[in-house]
Amino acid sequence: MIELTVNGIKRQVDVVPEMPLLWVLRDELGITSAKYGCGVAQCGACTVHIDGMAVRSCQSHIGEVAGKSVVTLEGLDNKDHHPVLQAWIEHQVPQCGYCQTGQIMQAISLLGLIPEPNDEQINQVMSGNLCRCGTYPRIRAAIHAAAKKKMAEK
Amino acid sequence: MGHMQTLSRRAFVVGSAAIAGGIAFGAYASAEAATSASDNPLAAGLGANSVTFNPWVEISPDKITLIAQHADIGQGVGSVQPIMIAEEMDLDPGQFEIRFAAPSPAYFNTGFADEFAPFVAADQSPAAEEARAKTLEWLRESGLQMTGGSSTIPDTYQKLRVAGAIARETLKAAAAKRSGVAVADLRTQSGHVILPNGSKIAYVALAAEASKIPPVLDAQPRDPSKWRMLGKPMMRLDVRSKVMGELKFGIDMKTEGMLYASVKLNPNKGQPLKSYDASKAQSMPGVRKILEIKNGVAVIATNSWYAMKAVDAIACEWAPSAYPAEQADHWKVLESSFKPEFLGKEWRKIGDIEAGLKTGKLVEAEYRAPYVGHQPLEPLNGIGLVTDKGMEIWVGHQSPRFVQWVAATAIGLKPEQITFHNQWTGGSFGHRLEYENVRVLAEIANQMKGTPIKLVFSREEDFLQDIPRQIAIARHRGSVDKSRIVAADLQLASTTPLKGLLERSGTPSKDPDGQLAAGLWNVYYDIPNFRATSYEAQGLSPSTTWRSVGASTSGFFTESFIDELIHAAGLDPMKARIAMCTVPHYRKVLETVAEMSDWKGPLGNGRGRGVAFVESFGTPTAEVVEVTATDRGIRIDKVWVAADVGKVVDPVNFESQVQGGVVWGLGHAINCELTYAKGAVQQTNYNHHEAMRIYQCPVIEVRGLENDPKVRGIGEPPVPPAAPALANAIFAATGKRIREMPFNKFIDFV
Repeated sequence: MIELTVNGIKRQVDVVPEMPLLWVLRDELGITSAKYGCGVAQCGACTVHIDGMAVRSCQSHIGEVAGKSVVTLEGLDNKDHHPVLQAWIEHQVPQCGYCQTGQIMQAISLLGLIPEPNDEQINQVMSGNLCRCGTYPRIRAAIHAAAKKKMAEK
Repeated sequence: MGHMQTLSRRAFVVGSAAIAGGIAFGAYASAEAATSASDNPLAAGLGANSVTFNPWVEISPDKITLIAQHADIGQGVGSVQPIMIAEEMDLDPGQFEIRFAAPSPAYFNTGFADEFAPFVAADQSPAAEEARAKTLEWLRESGLQMTGGSSTIPDTYQKLRVAGAIARETLKAAAAKRSGVAVADLRTQSGHVILPNGSKIAYVALAAEASKIPPVLDAQPRDPSKWRMLGKPMMRLDVRSKVMGELKFGIDMKTEGMLYASVKLNPNKGQPLKSYDASKAQSMPGVRKILEIKNGVAVIATNSWYAMKAVDAIACEWAPSAYPAEQADHWKVLESSFKPEFLGKEWRKIGDIEAGLKTGKLVEAEYRAPYVGHQPLEPLNGIGLVTDKGMEIWVGHQSPRFVQWVAATAIGLKPEQITFHNQWTGGSFGHRLEYENVRVLAEIANQMKGTPIKLVFSREEDFLQDIPRQIAIARHRGSVDKSRIVAADLQLASTTPLKGLLERSGTPSKDPDGQLAAGLWNVYYDIPNFRATSYEAQGLSPSTTWRSVGASTSGFFTESFIDELIHAAGLDPMKARIAMCTVPHYRKVLETVAEMSDWKGPLGNGRGRGVAFVESFGTPTAEVVEVTATDRGIRIDKVWVAADVGKVVDPVNFESQVQGGVVWGLGHAINCELTYAKGAVQQTNYNHHEAMRIYQCPVIEVRGLENDPKVRGIGEPPVPPAAPALANAIFAATGKRIREMPFNKFIDFV
């Protein structure tokens, strides 16, 4: 049994330690906001936070996550009023929406590091998150809007 | 299966000679057409005290359900289609549930009538309209239920608003009967019929009574000036649940007692498995069973990852490919396909092409476009359960009735024994018109009778099995004399995406592939001598429809070549196109993009602008791309787009679709190709086939025009002009003419 904390709740899973966190979340724990897109850290659809940092859950072996605190989009604090989620809704970013949970988790991490990123900084940090529908212009706009919202709240 | 035979028997493209008179054109715009489609499939599952007025509206005592006729592949079907009904019914978001359409001929796609009839879109002569009406009747008879061809709005704009109007007026009639108040004195608001004294009756409370009176079939949709939601910026109904991570895609679905499957299939597409060694896989964690299927092996395990790992450890020997094993030989086949025996069709001929080519200065150029993958971010998947009665299948797919046929054929059932549940999808771009996952899932579930099986393709497997976009070469010749284009002879050799798809759907066609005409024959410039000819290359990789289909390659070829002719004539690319454009409201599209971009000719200082104009799926679309040649390569700075769709029904999503189409068109033109080696594609993940990431994405400014007499789609039309506008911009900035995709083989990009 491997024990970890997901969205504040202690969970136990009986899987091999090499199993990626992504598949533990999806198939063992039924938490589906982290998406399988590529399996090799090329698309970012599986992005979650481990101890506050954005990571690709397809590359995190569950054995190494043991004892750590994992937060998926479902477990974000203040979810109904989260400035990034609100900005994503107001700017109607999603088309198919499959990559967006990963984009959002990456964007939250970005704003934690750089409160008011410019386009260049957004490009740098968000380029690991692929969107096949081409929502990039709206992602940029939503990140700027969320940054403004967060600053105003402070 | 009746509709399959109908499809095969009839010519897919209706020849003009076969058109008989007497068909009133525009019939599909009538209220009758919206309701006279065969039996209403909602009637069968209707509960007590419930009512359905047509295949799109169902009201029970506790809820209202609106049917999204098409598959949602990210284009917003699950929002705009129900809202078109809700607009007429005076329902607000939140007052109804949405369900995807079940397989039924009632949901035949009227939107294909224009695309399949052998007339260019701008031709709205009586003969063209008659051919379209005839094609519509064929679509009705065949019951072709398919999402594609940018038909989300064109197919449903009229029929869903009529369906909503019928529901509204019938509910009013039921309320009139109950209350004794005349219908004329009733109105509707927010899911209620309102009586003159201000009291309200909820629609759900009228369901039982409404079921006992005849529906009001002559109800008319409202004039757009009365719209509450449509035509104005509105919130897509699926945005919140997608942002909150609550929406379940097909890959997120789960059922009781389910096991997980992953597959390894012969990468020589269409060929069987010869032998395999699963000794290593057998003892791996979580493995329950190893199955042999027609073209590969499957592992059944307790989760997807165990299944993927184990299937990866199986050594397989494959039957070799029927197409050339090496990419260079694919190109050789294309090169030798410009011969009479491979003629698809001479689509259009104006003037005297040979004499025209001998006048003035001759310009010749060859262009190439490679195989490209679809690769939506949600890989192919599905859940299947086979029992003694038949098969139930949960999968996101664009052709529900063909899914039934493919699954049934794979395991010896009848199509009506397949119960299909459509799912939200993480994109498609044409991928979910094909059937790899459906066929394989049916085979696996059939061997695992009684156990629900969830199949998920690994990304690598998805790449290997992805039937690519057509590969094509164009050999164009033209001439210019005295500052004008005298002749253009456009010749194309290509694989056949639509023919291939139809064949795999069980409805083979012997007609020339109409998608090879797209972007080739629908050229709206005043060129006195013009010819457009397609050749169909034989024996190459299967290919299929990819966002914008034929126009995705021919749009690039044609609009690059027109640019070359314009430059040879010493003209300005924008002014020349505007001056040559023969359709007044198409000219307006070009004038609009010129105004938006403030086009004033060459920019200088390593900067350049290119323009391209392509009509696809009836939507004339003009784009200007601006680039800067930096010391690190070409940087795409900005794109302006103007498109005329007759009516912009959902303005926010319209802009999203255009931006997404531009990103799709540019990204693949710059970065992507699939190449074969030893019969398999060499690109197996996004690092080999990247398209556009955010750092390359330009600012994209969009304007929708509403001058076209018909309501048109926008999912695909922004794609074809993107690549040629970029190539033309690179030429303007650097003097280098790129005639082959992907462009990054010839020039660096920032």
